[in-house]
Amino acid sequence: MSAWEPVIGLEMHVELDTRTKMFCGCAVVKGDAPNLHTCPVCLAHPGALPVVNQRAVEYAARIALALHCTVQPRNIFHRKNYFYPDLPKAYQISQYDEPLATEGWFEYWVAGENRRCRINRVHMEEDAAKLIHAGGDTGRIAGSDYSMVDFNRGGTPLIEIVTEPDIPSPEAARELLQQLRNLVIELGVSECNMEEGQIRWDANVSVRPAGSEELGTRTELKNMNSFRYLQQALDAEIPRQIEVLEAGGTIDLETLHFDPDTGTTTPLRSKEEAHDYRYFPEPDLVPLEIDPAWVDELRTTQPELPAARVERFMEQYGLSRADAGVLGSSAPLAGFYEEVVAAGAGAKPAANWTMGEYLAHLNAAGLEAGHGHVTAERLAKLVKLVEGGTVSTSSGKEVFALMIEERAEPEAVVEKHGLGQISDTSALKAAVAQVIAENPAQAEQYRGGRQQVLGFFVGQVMKATGGRANPQLVNELLRAALDG
Amino acid sequence: MKPTYGAVSRYGLIAFASSLDQIGPLTRSVYDCALLLQHIVGRDPMDSTSVALPEPVKLPDAERLDGLRVGIPAEYLAGGIEPGVRARFDETIARVEELGGTCVEISLPHTEYALPAYYIIAPAEASANLARFDGVRYGYRCTDPADLLDMYERTRGEGFGPEVKRRIMIGTYALSAGYYDAYYGRAQVVRTLVRRDFESAFAGVDLIASPTSPTVAFRAGSRTADPLSMYVCDICTIPANLAGLPAISIPCGLSDGLPVGFQLIGPAFSENRILQAAHALEGAIGFDAAPAFRDSRAGAAGAEGAGAPAAREEARQ
Repeated sequence: MSAWEPVIGLEMHVELDTRTKMFCGCAVVKGDAPNLHTCPVCLAHPGALPVVNQRAVEYAARIALALHCTVQPRNIFHRKNYFYPDLPKAYQISQYDEPLATEGWFEYWVAGENRRCRINRVHMEEDAAKLIHAGGDTGRIAGSDYSMVDFNRGGTPLIEIVTEPDIPSPEAARELLQQLRNLVIELGVSECNMEEGQIRWDANVSVRPAGSEELGTRTELKNMNSFRYLQQALDAEIPRQIEVLEAGGTIDLETLHFDPDTGTTTPLRSKEEAHDYRYFPEPDLVPLEIDPAWVDELRTTQPELPAARVERFMEQYGLSRADAGVLGSSAPLAGFYEEVVAAGAGAKPAANWTMGEYLAHLNAAGLEAGHGHVTAERLAKLVKLVEGGTVSTSSGKEVFALMIEERAEPEAVVEKHGLGQISDTSALKAAVAQVIAENPAQAEQYRGGRQQVLGFFVGQVMKATGGRANPQLVNELLRAALDG
Repeated sequence: MKPTYGAVSRYGLIAFASSLDQIGPLTRSVYDCALLLQHIVGRDPMDSTSVALPEPVKLPDAERLDGLRVGIPAEYLAGGIEPGVRARFDETIARVEELGGTCVEISLPHTEYALPAYYIIAPAEASANLARFDGVRYGYRCTDPADLLDMYERTRGEGFGPEVKRRIMIGTYALSAGYYDAYYGRAQVVRTLVRRDFESAFAGVDLIASPTSPTVAFRAGSRTADPLSMYVCDICTIPANLAGLPAISIPCGLSDGLPVGFQLIGPAFSENRILQAAHALEGAIGFDAAPAFRDSRAGAAGAEGAGAPAAREEARQ
């Protein structure tokens, strides 16, 4: 056991897939020509005023509800002031001490264990514009020849989810973020496209003596958009802090940048340069009053969420919590599994095949559930062939591989490759007799009372028949031949 | 007239202090004021703080003030009022009674804190509202900036005048970490107290009357060197502004050859009541003086003239 334990908290930013921006009617569109989707409001022309996008509030409230937060009946927007060319008003309209929603929790899975992380708040704000720095070789503003601003993204609705420092390890942090991302996708409020930067996160991390209740001084890892880098950054930062503390030093409250090439964290800006955002209530907007009846309406129209689906799978299909967790925590895989069952496969064998061969296929081919080369209908047929004894389990796996290779129905594969299970007694009798004749020593052992040698003979018969023999029948025939 | 906060959309108005800015008509008569106001009031979906008036603006026709109860806040007349202004105000109050109104002294106890609160809130909001003039997208930009910070600093340093810079500095300071509660937070508390003062007062009177300013107009630029003396002139108008209440100023005579303003403040959305009363008084006062404009260059060179007007004169040529 290490003498130190890390404590991690996360802040996740999600761009919402609303049709229009947070405070104006401009379309939210990715990939269009620069500055096409702009207006006096999102360009901060003098005299322009913001108006709150109701759909964005709805989406944010849906996220808050899914995280068991209390949606506040009254919440207010603040101005967060700082100068930067991507922020045309020179302040971001955000929320501060009276956010949309507070105090919830999120349950996630890590290493087969169910963990709960408290959620501090969910708040709404607007995204900044996109800067492109030309010239120079760093792609950063320092050293560039000139910079260009694309205001298409400026004003896109953004929500921030802030967790409590409840996360015990880098792995747990990565799992939590991945599962939180799935949740947001399933709510239908954002596609959470990582390449387009639709989700980004900051991690706060500190270490403390194992078992201590007090929190150490934290550092902040800013603006990451890859799950792998997050874990790598935390894996680098935690030992760094431990080393500093063990050498008798102290940790500075600072913002760090993770360099994936060197695998190290370096300070982004020192405390002296720390921003003073001069938050104050946005006077151009009135407090947002949220009708509890509207919140109730949202609650009843929420889609089924992973946690509830896992419970339902256990109940409805008699699956273990672990299996239900694998199948139920992402919508596409859950949907595929339910299709297999609906097509007539037994719930438990369907679960085994989906988690086993099907997932392995998706991973190998790099495909999303539902987009593999085996349809739910075909997988159901295969499962039924195995259940009915037409194909043995081991041959079934071969059939599965050939179904993909040949893009064929399971029946056709079995027929073409002769993979049907041998349940013909006379054919199997010959194989049994031959195996016994070839292994007289083992036959002697069995007859001398070592029952477990039977397994050896079963294996030999299966081998001789290319795995196609009906194992139950082989057992019976072997016993009869050896005992008789 | 300054209508109730929110009565006229601020969309398109270059913002100074968003929670205080309000558009109102500046006209030759109360009737014209009502005529214009009719067309500019109303809820605007582009301005979240705008509201619809509970009743349409009526064109005023009153000639009498029978039954009207007018409160005169003692704090507004406490000191610093020029004798000429005080005389015109007292004459106008006498007219109110001649027209059938009754005047009573009232108290707005938090008046003395209104001005300092205003000079925290307004600069704080202005410091954010004026931050967009950064040279990135429009407006003035300095020549040959060395880098981003240099462009920000010189663009804003060269583009803004001294009074604007002073207010940005005060507002930025008041909102800074560690000072927010002591300044902006306290100012908002005062604002609430000022609002409550008016609420209690309007339980007993229909309108509140005061001079619009304790002095007649001072010469442009004459108080630049002493901004506080300039800010103090707003003492009678700022409380209504902080409370978001409608108010009107009509000329009620001359002092030292310059017009004296008579102010009527009403409860929120009482525009019609204010217009009727102002219309009746306007008729009774019969103000028709047109002050003679003196040569502004002569003023600039006069005893009160500081350096600033001369500089402004140059810019105009």
